[in-house]
Amino acid sequence: MGQPLLDVRGLTKSFAGVAALSDGQFTLYPGSVHALCGGNGAGKSTFLTIVMGIQKRDGGTIRMRGKEVDFSRPSDALEAGISIIEQELSPVPAMTVAENIFLGREPVGLFGRVDFRKMNGDAQRLLDDLHFKISARSMMMDLTVAELQLVEIAKALSYNAEVIIMDEPTSALGEAQADELFAAVARLKEQGKGVIYVSHRLSEIFGIADTYTVFRDGRYIQSGAIADVSRDRLIEMIVGRPLTEEFAKDNIPTTEPVLAVSGLNAAGWVKDISFTLHRGEILGLYGLMGSGRSEIFERLFGLSPDEGGEIVAFGKALALRNPKEAISAGFAFVTEDRKGSGLNLMADIRDNICMARLQELSSAGLMRSRREASAAKQMIEAFGIKAPNDKLDVSGLSGGNQQKVVLGKWYLTQPGILLLDEPTRGVDVGAKREIYRVMSEFAQGGGAVIMISSEVDEILGMSDRVIVLQDGRISGEVARAELSAAALLHLAA
Amino acid sequence: MNTRPASINFQGAAAEYGRKYGILIALLLVCAVLSFLSEFFLTQRNILNVLRQASINGILAIGMTFVILARGIDLSVGSVVALAGVVSASLATTAATAGVAGAPYPVLIALMAGIAVGMAAGWICGVLVAYFNVPAFVATLGMLSAARGLTLLYAGGRPIPSLTPEYRFIGTGDILGIPMPIILFALVFVMAYIVLSSTRFGRHVYAVGGNPHAARVSGINVKRVRLAVYIISGALAGLAGMILAARTGSALTQAGIAYELDAIAAVVIGGTSLSGGVGRVTGTLIGALLISVVNNGLDLMGVESYYQQVIKGVLIVGAVMLDQARHKHA
Repeated sequence: MGQPLLDVRGLTKSFAGVAALSDGQFTLYPGSVHALCGGNGAGKSTFLTIVMGIQKRDGGTIRMRGKEVDFSRPSDALEAGISIIEQELSPVPAMTVAENIFLGREPVGLFGRVDFRKMNGDAQRLLDDLHFKISARSMMMDLTVAELQLVEIAKALSYNAEVIIMDEPTSALGEAQADELFAAVARLKEQGKGVIYVSHRLSEIFGIADTYTVFRDGRYIQSGAIADVSRDRLIEMIVGRPLTEEFAKDNIPTTEPVLAVSGLNAAGWVKDISFTLHRGEILGLYGLMGSGRSEIFERLFGLSPDEGGEIVAFGKALALRNPKEAISAGFAFVTEDRKGSGLNLMADIRDNICMARLQELSSAGLMRSRREASAAKQMIEAFGIKAPNDKLDVSGLSGGNQQKVVLGKWYLTQPGILLLDEPTRGVDVGAKREIYRVMSEFAQGGGAVIMISSEVDEILGMSDRVIVLQDGRISGEVARAELSAAALLHLAA
Repeated sequence: MNTRPASINFQGAAAEYGRKYGILIALLLVCAVLSFLSEFFLTQRNILNVLRQASINGILAIGMTFVILARGIDLSVGSVVALAGVVSASLATTAATAGVAGAPYPVLIALMAGIAVGMAAGWICGVLVAYFNVPAFVATLGMLSAARGLTLLYAGGRPIPSLTPEYRFIGTGDILGIPMPIILFALVFVMAYIVLSSTRFGRHVYAVGGNPHAARVSGINVKRVRLAVYIISGALAGLAGMILAARTGSALTQAGIAYELDAIAAVVIGGTSLSGGVGRVTGTLIGALLISVVNNGLDLMGVESYYQQVIKGVLIVGAVMLDQARHKHA
């Protein structure tokens, strides 16, 4: 395999005497994609911030192409050829693609004027070389999230990056857009670059990575070739205990309808949606990004205006003009964007858990703080939220614990129908299983669940029945017995 | 993102303590220093003077706290002070040429008119912000100009003098030796404290400011909450305007100019985040007192009033910088 591009040995880092990383090891070869795996708190972020020169290490060595390096600033790492594409991108939306790529190092001409012709030309050449179909002159705000990521990749290469770190790059992408990204990763590989790929999605790791390294509890666990490891074995290494089953599913659907939707229109382009949901059932809603999945949820939850169609829940025809009506009709909605519309990040765990239940936790307009506290306590115990107390800000919790807070908020409203939009996005493997368990128990206890997911495995593992959407219409329905990835993709594309 | 280990809990507790009481400690320190520098500072008369000076700004700042907590800003309060002042004064004046026909009316009617004017101005701002998506800065900047213009039109550019003694009571009277402005300020504070800390509406204000999308999904009527905070701010500006007119004995058309800035300063010094969702009305109370104490102290030491403005500016920026540093640390 020749000389490694990046070779890290015995990296250690402590915060206030507590080890966040002990013995971090990592070896990246040119022309390969190396998956960095681990749950939340495994030490991945600490590892990456040290490699990027954002934090100082306490001990250990980092070698690039055999030469020892020590970065004290992110710009040092960039100069040495290490670029990161962060989970949350921060483009300048009102500037062009070229301006974003050359931000802070614009080519200048006479009298210090920016040489736009050269800048646009260079940027376009860069994009074309990568076969990205993006114009250097288009505005960043007109691009999709996937295209923004491609621009970031181009930007990384414009710094002559040899090592490109991608942190959860697909967390905001749909399947089709993710494929675009994977094609770009494959091209980077061809060019002999080394890619460090961080993702919670195992199917992606098995799809594009060549090698893997697992961290757990701040320690290096193992590394090897993806070809030599099974999915179950990898999960075991990440979670640290033998796996019983990835998808916990014990619910048994009944034939008693709880929700009947007929001829529903939404968002101007989602048309004629009809389906029935039964008590005890987990109904999967599958489709590509932009097929109208979330729009159906938004309509069912009263977040978008009535555009015709009937909704009957628990025998009652509903108008659902706003979320309040939906909540009192028994709906609960775990949105796709946890930070954007699920949590109040400025507030603590208790306030977040109580947020959808303020009416019942107060009398005559006055909050009953004892009732609030006991409600929060109850949910923290029921979901195993890991926090010393309920006055801790939710912004400090891990993705999995944050998602449990959102679930707790909705359980408190005692819903009959749970709408879950990408419930395990950005959540580590261990927390995923708990969310599946919660879902299953909810259905088993007489509730009904509709789950949107982009992960085929999750849909296959959890659904009793799947409705597939395409361009705002239902393109088919598949019963559990006939479920297969091929059947879903066939109907969705 | 790990759960914090025990060893740094102490630091966390210290930071939490600082966040909660830092501004109070600053106020007490300033008071302690001033009591050494001036024997007059701790006299009963001076203390009441400081509190009375703080009361008008304090009442405005409490309204502003609601607005800022809900991710808004209200620049119109200074002009609303003047508008509510002249409208209510015109109902309570004995000067035949300045008042409306039939004046003076009973004091209660004049007071209710002033509050109503403030609420109306707040309602307009709130509707623009909540239902027409006009940025709060722009909507209330418009109201700042429009309300000042309406004040001048209504009063014909002249002050409205000769207010009835009953009306003047809210500015110059006292109960058991405590001046009325202080009593009203205290009442407003207690009510605001209860509303924000222990009512459902209070939770709604924090939720809307913290994350409007999440609040909406959780069944909170975000638009109505937004509207309500501007009405509250307007009503309190109306009250402040009447206290000011009552104290001076006549309603001036140029009253309240730049008062919005002092109100925002008190809120910010009190630790409320301008991006909404975080803050407490006790902080605002202390912020208003601190501004007043510092002004008073500089007066007592004979510092020129021009310097006072410079020092207030330093105080605002300093308080926010401290706040930022604490957040980074925590």
